[in-house]
Amino acid sequence: MDLFEYQGRDLFERHGLPVLGGGVAETPQEARAIAERLGGKVVVKAQVKVGGRGKAGGVKLADGPDEAEARATDILGMDIKGHTVHKVMLAETADIKEEYYFSYLLDRANRTFLCIASVAGGMEIETVAEEDPDRVAKIAIDASKGVDEAKAREIVTAAKFPADIADQVVDIAVKLWQAFVAEDATLVEVNPLAKVGDGRVLALDAKVTLDENAGFRHPDHEALEDKSAVDPLEQAAKAKNLNYVKLDGEVGIIGNGAGLVMSTLDVVAYAGEKHGNVKPANFLDIGGGASAQVMANGLEIVLGDPAVKSVFVNVFGGITACDAVANGIVQALALLAERGEQVTKPLVVRLDGNNAEAGRAILDGANNPLVQRVDTMDGAAERAAELAAAGK
Amino acid sequence: MAIWLTKDSKVIVQGITGSEGSKHTRRMLAAGTQVVGGVNPRKAGTKVDFDGTELPVFATVAEAIKETGADASVIFVPPAFTKAAVVEAIDAEIPLAVVITEGVPVQDSAAFWAYNVAKGEKTRIIGPNCPGIASPGASNAGIIPADITPQGRIGLVSKSGTLTYQLMYELRDFGFSTCVGIGGDPVIGTTHIDALKAFQEDPETDAIVMIGEIGGDAEERAAEFIKANVTKPVVGYIAGFTAPPGKTMGHAGAIISGSAGTADAKKAALEAAGVKVGKTPSETARLMREVMSAA
Repeated sequence: MDLFEYQGRDLFERHGLPVLGGGVAETPQEARAIAERLGGKVVVKAQVKVGGRGKAGGVKLADGPDEAEARATDILGMDIKGHTVHKVMLAETADIKEEYYFSYLLDRANRTFLCIASVAGGMEIETVAEEDPDRVAKIAIDASKGVDEAKAREIVTAAKFPADIADQVVDIAVKLWQAFVAEDATLVEVNPLAKVGDGRVLALDAKVTLDENAGFRHPDHEALEDKSAVDPLEQAAKAKNLNYVKLDGEVGIIGNGAGLVMSTLDVVAYAGEKHGNVKPANFLDIGGGASAQVMANGLEIVLGDPAVKSVFVNVFGGITACDAVANGIVQALALLAERGEQVTKPLVVRLDGNNAEAGRAILDGANNPLVQRVDTMDGAAERAAELAAAGK
Repeated sequence: MAIWLTKDSKVIVQGITGSEGSKHTRRMLAAGTQVVGGVNPRKAGTKVDFDGTELPVFATVAEAIKETGADASVIFVPPAFTKAAVVEAIDAEIPLAVVITEGVPVQDSAAFWAYNVAKGEKTRIIGPNCPGIASPGASNAGIIPADITPQGRIGLVSKSGTLTYQLMYELRDFGFSTCVGIGGDPVIGTTHIDALKAFQEDPETDAIVMIGEIGGDAEERAAEFIKANVTKPVVGYIAGFTAPPGKTMGHAGAIISGSAGTADAKKAALEAAGVKVGKTPSETARLMREVMSAA
């Protein structure tokens, strides 16, 4: 889960990192109140989880509360690369003398963590790494040892931070690591980490990604989730514990296993090229044990998407036997009918693997005119695409 | 022979008394696996009955090894306790630990991996969040259905469980030496490269199917390894050619960020290493069929 800047700033502050005073506002009036509290000049920053907001006009200076309110009015509701601005962060301004870069992140390739630090901050670190690789230090962190003062000194030396601020950066490096571990983050990035007029080093931006798998030991993380950005269907699916991602097409997809479902999206997209360019409408993995209840919940979400014109149920019976899945589909349709949901969209079902014959027989026996059985993944994708194109 | 898991492997189950642990212990036994016991400190000294097979429960992995000679452990404990279970397996120096558990925090996986490295990598860890390893006709450690395919001479390594089953099914007339599900998490104990290396050295494997998915650069690194070290034919498949960037597709690791991690980039890297890559599972099976028929 990616955090907004203001959430990252708050998280940094809680862990003792030096940040500027700030607050978050959803209305121009709230922005005014925060500017009054902070006093003096403030910066008004759009809160969006996408880069390039400055260039898009999402970051403005304001001389005081009046101007802060006016700038917040301009920025709230703005569209930045498809992201609507619902919140602005107001922060004290800083007299920046130098800008640096500092981050900790997961290093998948080496199965450990990495510190990236540079004295060339304020811009995209990828750009610096490309144009001036010598100015970007990458230091591996041993997951079992972490970052203590000695390790922090190693980082500061490797990145060639100036001597006059070395002690401050060492302190920041240690605290940022503690925050990274304590919050189960997979990324903490400070860009810029800045030296200001009075010689202090401050974290002027905060980019934080938290590990959702670690949610069980962070009950407070749930409140950080951005409900406004989540698609309503995705929200409904989440409430039912379904692994669902909304996409832009017309063929609803239900399958078991993340890899197989991803593969199903591909096969449907290829088939769509021959049928009116229809595409998959969603990713939905109902997991190994596809019970009738789970199947009903899945069908309800997928059929609730008005863009869906046909549904492809693609199941490989591994642990779950196909006869159980077939019963699940038949019962799911009955369950939806009981709930008063009129199912009118065609379903193409492909069952293979464990007890496939029995499963197919159950579908045939149910004789539901909406359900079509096709026994290969490619053939079923083709049929689902064809039906979606006809329904467009 | 197969790789890492043979008919002689003696398997214990950490979390044998839990619902998943007991369900799959029964299945592993039915597949002919030598399951010799389980671990649960709260139920140590008791026995669990699996359709007539009584298995002893031990307090620790070390004790289970001492009493049974176990050389592989399958771990079914919940995410909050997975790190401790894996660390215990590493401390006991068990040669193989298969971590089935889904939803393990990545800092925990990184921590037990670092611990394993510090201890000299005496334990091969597979997973977490994986279906396990099966050597058809010999032994089964994990949740891969044992009856999809008979023994044969194809080796398979995959990030995805159900895609593994799909390919095993499509190529069941040839059969498999060993199928390894390495899992889709960002930090995993066994990589594509580890499996490719073992299959290359295995006299009972003639050709290799490698299944990847979007996210990370594991497939690209595997491609480099193949180019330099693998002489057996490799057929590849990558799931997620049409996945949009920025959306996590089921597996925590399956996300395209910026231009990194796309299926097209992975396919290109594999093809540059001489690997034939299918665009769909059926095309992948067809390519492997051609390889096996030509041999």
